[in-house]
Amino acid sequence: MKVISVDKLTKTFGSFTAVDHISFDVNQGEIFGFLGANGAGKTTAMKVLCGLLSPTSGSATVAGYDVYRQPNKIKQNIGYMSQKFSLYEDLTVLENMNFYGGVYNLNNEQLNTQREQLINRLDLHNEAKKRVSELPLGWKQKVAFLVAIMHHPKIVFLDEPTGGVDPITRRQFWDLIYEAAANDITVFVTTHYMDEAEYCNRVSIMVDGRIDALDAPASLKTKFSADTMDEVFYRLARGAKRGE
Amino acid sequence: MIGLRNITKTYSKGSVLAVDDVSFFVDKGELFGLIGPDGAGKTSIFRMLTTLLLPTSGSAMVDGYDVANDYKEIRRTVGYMPGKFSLYQDLSVEENLHFFATMFNTSIAENYAMVKDIYEQLAPFKKRRAGALSGGMKQKLALCCALIHKPTVLFLDEPTTGVDVVSRREFWDMLRRLKSQGITILVSTPYMDEAVLCERIALIQKGRILSIDTPQNIVDSFPVALYAAKSDGMNALLSDARAYPHMGSCYAFGEYLHLTLKEGSVEDFSRYLGTKKHSNIEVKSIKPGIEDCFIERMTGN
Repeated sequence: MKVISVDKLTKTFGSFTAVDHISFDVNQGEIFGFLGANGAGKTTAMKVLCGLLSPTSGSATVAGYDVYRQPNKIKQNIGYMSQKFSLYEDLTVLENMNFYGGVYNLNNEQLNTQREQLINRLDLHNEAKKRVSELPLGWKQKVAFLVAIMHHPKIVFLDEPTGGVDPITRRQFWDLIYEAAANDITVFVTTHYMDEAEYCNRVSIMVDGRIDALDAPASLKTKFSADTMDEVFYRLARGAKRGE
Repeated sequence: MIGLRNITKTYSKGSVLAVDDVSFFVDKGELFGLIGPDGAGKTSIFRMLTTLLLPTSGSAMVDGYDVANDYKEIRRTVGYMPGKFSLYQDLSVEENLHFFATMFNTSIAENYAMVKDIYEQLAPFKKRRAGALSGGMKQKLALCCALIHKPTVLFLDEPTTGVDVVSRREFWDMLRRLKSQGITILVSTPYMDEAVLCERIALIQKGRILSIDTPQNIVDSFPVALYAAKSDGMNALLSDARAYPHMGSCYAFGEYLHLTLKEGSVEDFSRYLGTKKHSNIEVKSIKPGIEDCFIERMTGN
């Protein structure tokens, strides 16, 4: 089943075409890596898919809802976390959970279950009442991820979730991603770590607003006769005309 | 050129230990890397060496000057590119560079040779406001501004964080060219693959140095044999491998798992995997990378 369906999606700002006729589908439960150089149009495309920005032309449905007509339905059915902002630093871990539980309309029983699960899964018994600002970045990111899927969304969008995180925590984060995918949550993720591209079922690579490659990592490496995803990415992105 | 002796920095009246008894030396003309994740203490070290913070204890020298007493001299002689973009967003590319040159009593014309290679890439955008530049171009402008007064020592705090693979490679090429001009460079990065581009590195975690050496020596001193394994079902392979009784460490590394064994042979391990219904199993001996070494030191295996 397709949870994201995109056809010739385009977004222009004045004379600038940020996203240029991109087409792709994402299957339910898939881990989909959305890669691209800085300025390639990833953030704009993600904003459209999250219902935050209306496209200029083309069509897209996310979790079965139309990006033009039902952006609010989309927002209710997805989770989102970014490296920059996901949790309120001045609130405790529990307060953040209560807040997001409220945003996503969880009832008290659901909220209690979720709180317990999250605290047990991350072993946060001593930290639950600490302010988020006191947690190390790696823990913050793990909490932010589980908070973003507290309402069991159909899709979770992750925008560079592991930037700057230590190598062990980065891998623990990917354990959480696999668990979510096994629970039928589709994961749509961007990253600058090319080893993480290998953990995705499929990846797309954006260059100058277009999707120039889309396949399983192993197939992309074969297609480009490259040993690593790093090399595949480099070959595609170095031809980029804009941005850098 | 840079020397730290037992530098410690605490915050919040001693309750947060950011830098814990750190000592290292950087030679003149060396490209030295501080490699570690967020929260390792890298930025605190940079801020102490550039005299923006005083150490809680210990001492440090930069280009012959003491960081506590000779802050005026140090500020005149070093170039500093902070991790957070810190130029004037409302000034144009050209105005920013002009401003920094003037601050250091020099002019763009006088030191143009220093920044020529990099600035030429920015020239088409020199009238654009700095705030409207893309990530890669902001980074190049910040480097120009840190170089325009011909510093003897360059401090670059995570210049490539959040930057794509192509821009990262270009940036390291620029650093190598600067190094060839004799500038001493201290650079930090959370990307372990960039460590091999430095002459010497310090691996740092939670305020403590885990090891200091050339990347080659660090890799060569990996204490045990390292193996890579893959099969068609990587998630199942990871849990099966971790359940192996003699497993040392086992982590995903891109398309392979990297693992060490506490005892027994790798053939025994392959036979064990053979009983677990995997298809297309491959197990091979590999050389460790910096990230393997970092994980090994972190876990104290």
